[in-house]
Amino acid sequence: MRVGQGGARIDRSRTIRFSFDGRQQTGHPGDTLASALLANGIHFVARSFKYHRPRGILSAGAEEPNALVTVGEGAFAEPNTRATMVEIYEGLVARSQNAWPSLGHDLGALTGFASGLFPAGFYYKTFLGSSRTWTRVYEPFIRRMAGLGPAPTAPDPETYDKVHAHCETLVIGGGAAGRAAASAALADGRVILIDEGVAGASLDGVRLLDRTTAFGCYDDHLVMAVERVTDHLPPSQRSGPRQRLWQIRAKRIVLATGAHQQPLVFPNNDLPGIMLAAAGLIYLRDFGTLVGQRIVMVGSSDGADELRAAGAEVVEIEAISAAHGRKRVTSVTDGGGRRHRCDAVLMAGGWQPAVHLHSQMGGRLAFDAEKHCFVPIREEGQAHTVGACSGDVLRDRPPPPIPGSKAFVDFQNDVTLADIDLATREGFVSVEHLKRYTTTGMATDQGKLSNLAALTRLAHNLGGAPGSVGTTTFRPPYTPVTFGALAAHDRDQFIDPARVTPLHDWHVAQGAVFEDVGQWKRPRYFPRGSEDMRAALARECRAVREGVGLFDASTLGKIDVRGSDAAAFLELVYANRWASLEIGRCRYGVMLGEDGMLLDDGVTARIGDEHFITFTTTGNAARVLDHMEDYLQTEWPHLRVWLNSVTEHWAAAVVTGPRARDVLRAAATDVDLAPAAFPHLAWREARIAGYPVRLYRISFTGELSFEVHCDARVARVVWDALVAAGEGFGLTPYGTEAMHVLRAEKGYIIIGQETDGTVAPDDLGLSWAVANKKPDFIGKRSLARPDMSHPDRKQLVGLTMVQGVAEGAQLTAGASDTDMLGHVTSSYRGSLDGQPFALALLAGGRARIGSAVYARCDGRSVRCTVVAPLFHDPEGARLDG
Amino acid sequence: MLTIVCPHCGPRDQTEFRAGGEAGRARPADPSELTDAQWAEHLFMRRNIKGAQRERWMHAAGCGKWFNLTRDTRTHWFGR
Repeated sequence: MRVGQGGARIDRSRTIRFSFDGRQQTGHPGDTLASALLANGIHFVARSFKYHRPRGILSAGAEEPNALVTVGEGAFAEPNTRATMVEIYEGLVARSQNAWPSLGHDLGALTGFASGLFPAGFYYKTFLGSSRTWTRVYEPFIRRMAGLGPAPTAPDPETYDKVHAHCETLVIGGGAAGRAAASAALADGRVILIDEGVAGASLDGVRLLDRTTAFGCYDDHLVMAVERVTDHLPPSQRSGPRQRLWQIRAKRIVLATGAHQQPLVFPNNDLPGIMLAAAGLIYLRDFGTLVGQRIVMVGSSDGADELRAAGAEVVEIEAISAAHGRKRVTSVTDGGGRRHRCDAVLMAGGWQPAVHLHSQMGGRLAFDAEKHCFVPIREEGQAHTVGACSGDVLRDRPPPPIPGSKAFVDFQNDVTLADIDLATREGFVSVEHLKRYTTTGMATDQGKLSNLAALTRLAHNLGGAPGSVGTTTFRPPYTPVTFGALAAHDRDQFIDPARVTPLHDWHVAQGAVFEDVGQWKRPRYFPRGSEDMRAALARECRAVREGVGLFDASTLGKIDVRGSDAAAFLELVYANRWASLEIGRCRYGVMLGEDGMLLDDGVTARIGDEHFITFTTTGNAARVLDHMEDYLQTEWPHLRVWLNSVTEHWAAAVVTGPRARDVLRAAATDVDLAPAAFPHLAWREARIAGYPVRLYRISFTGELSFEVHCDARVARVVWDALVAAGEGFGLTPYGTEAMHVLRAEKGYIIIGQETDGTVAPDDLGLSWAVANKKPDFIGKRSLARPDMSHPDRKQLVGLTMVQGVAEGAQLTAGASDTDMLGHVTSSYRGSLDGQPFALALLAGGRARIGSAVYARCDGRSVRCTVVAPLFHDPEGARLDG
Repeated sequence: MLTIVCPHCGPRDQTEFRAGGEAGRARPADPSELTDAQWAEHLFMRRNIKGAQRERWMHAAGCGKWFNLTRDTRTHWFGR
């Protein structure tokens, strides 16, 4: 109820209208949702998490465990906001949560009558049965019954910002102690002062961030804070980001975070109308609101005269043995058994310094028996604590907890004193176990009003002094933080950028269907008319095998290797020989890890005496460069070699098929394309559309192929010239799906598909690429380990079968065996005959060629014949066209 | 988030760096001279020190250089 005068934070000259649960209410500028509701006589604002008990407003600040409401509507709705921290604005819409059909008549409250079924650890006791029963019955039930407000289903339409800041001194908490510390620190340089509430007067020279909560302290004095920029404004007046995440590095941190008054534990201590004494006084002093007409004060009588002066009847008692009422407290029984009628109770259970940030930084705590609270220990390198946070708090003498039905320790998670006692009896004597078993302190309020009572009770149960059991670990965030603020701009394309080739627009115009390969968008196939993937794939494959195809290979990783030791370096990082490679030639190479396993493969071309370009798997480019740089810098720093990623600098178009040479003849000048002059695994300079290009005779399809590499800036011109030149030859663009079929028919592997970090070159039949005569290369020593020549190693084989099998399908010797012999790595249909075939890694696979294995997929066993991993042109006759 | 001092670029956020494990494990000059057991020791075994440890780090989002530093694995405290 609003009193006639007073209220330092409100502007009585103006009235604001807002609604709670559909009912129109009024308040004043400066009101929080909690103070405005209390001014309208509303205490009962929420239902509790587990028992659906009526709950009121307990506090006046960030520590509020009960008064969680949903603010806003539709996509703008934010559940679980603390009514004590929401500033009201004209038109604000707030709703209660976790109640159906309404706050006043909540069917979920029936769980309260069955609370014997839900003691501490009830998850492990009540909900027994098969795992199916858990997922089908219990879990959906618990999720419906227990809870917080539902998250909006639409994407968050708000914008958020993120800022980095640096300062010499960061002061957290804008009370008297914090402001004094901030002013004093100005001599040492830049000062930032953060406060959760609305700022008071500005401080000369101090950067003041208000409506800002420091929610986490991390290593090396990094503080994360969230600023509520426009949450307090009516939607029509909002512009710019809703919230801003601050990441502040400070040389020195001063914590002036204050202290939280603690509640008392007695039966029905959670009834609406029962609140913290300090909160009751804040509502009177700051908001001109009396929380009741007839107020019982227990634990402390500070402020009783003020309440009386404002018009309340105040009864001061020593202790409460129980409170009574249904949706609001109506009376209490004192320690002597006397009943007192009341409509509000102000309880004072002592003060606990807000040591969360201190502890997050690694600061230790000591229990102060005199003040009955944990206080920070001051140590070198830790934050400096001042004011109440440092332990400078009042010495309340709270009465001991009164056991009994529904004496709550943790309001937000509905943990009672009896739950703590039960857990102790059941042997949960470590604070961390107690916390996990009872869930005390694990709610979104992080136990700000429950940890002290829970730990004190545990110590009491174990016969120790309060504080003897220590505390649980304090972890960020201090208060809940929206995902929006944490993500800020780092979403969608900004967190996972799409990489496109210089030819992307052409692919889009052709109606390509794309697939993601790492961050790259690659055309998967180019459907014509009403073609589905299978029809498009068959047409694209046939074009390459019988005519000519065009493929965008620009995503290929490319590393430029230069220096007088370039060849010597490649000799060390690849298993192949490079010193003998002539200028103008290229060679397929395999790169191993030091463990002898395949890391990458690809072609390297010699551009000059001291200049190579090496191609990597699309998704492996960065990793391969890192691997090479690591060895170059740390193992062989004497080698004169420079590595540069040139993946984006060069675009690459593959012209492949029996008619590839015809297309190049029509498109390229200044080059002799005859097989004798330009053999397989050679490269030549040429011009297309007047621009210089490099042509590489590298084939990943088994057909005559020219890879056309050019400056990425002229890629489209070169590509268009190729398309124009190919018109008379049926040049057909094809995508990654056809590329996979064509390469698999030739038994060409893909790193990450045929390899998984346990595959050595010989397993894939690549021993020919390993120059064992070289004195050393990365992985050489490991290839000599006895296990590398074990006959049962998994080896690459081909499989033929009558019906397709899934990639990843397990292989067994018999139709119903359970011993796994290997798995299918690639599975497609033939480019010309459409028959299913597969590549697989199979134990002792080469010795099994000709025999049968079974591929297990979808509960079926598919009989497969083991063949050599080569399904097309085994002689390699087609490479020259 | 730690602040790591790159010897080339100065103090930067940890997210700019990649950890490379224990430092001081030089690749043997001639691996072929090692027995299988010695090679396995080099390849797979790490000391996993509790306390001050020399480590390899690389300034991946900066200069790209590898360097060594000392970190106390208990406290994250860098010997600077």
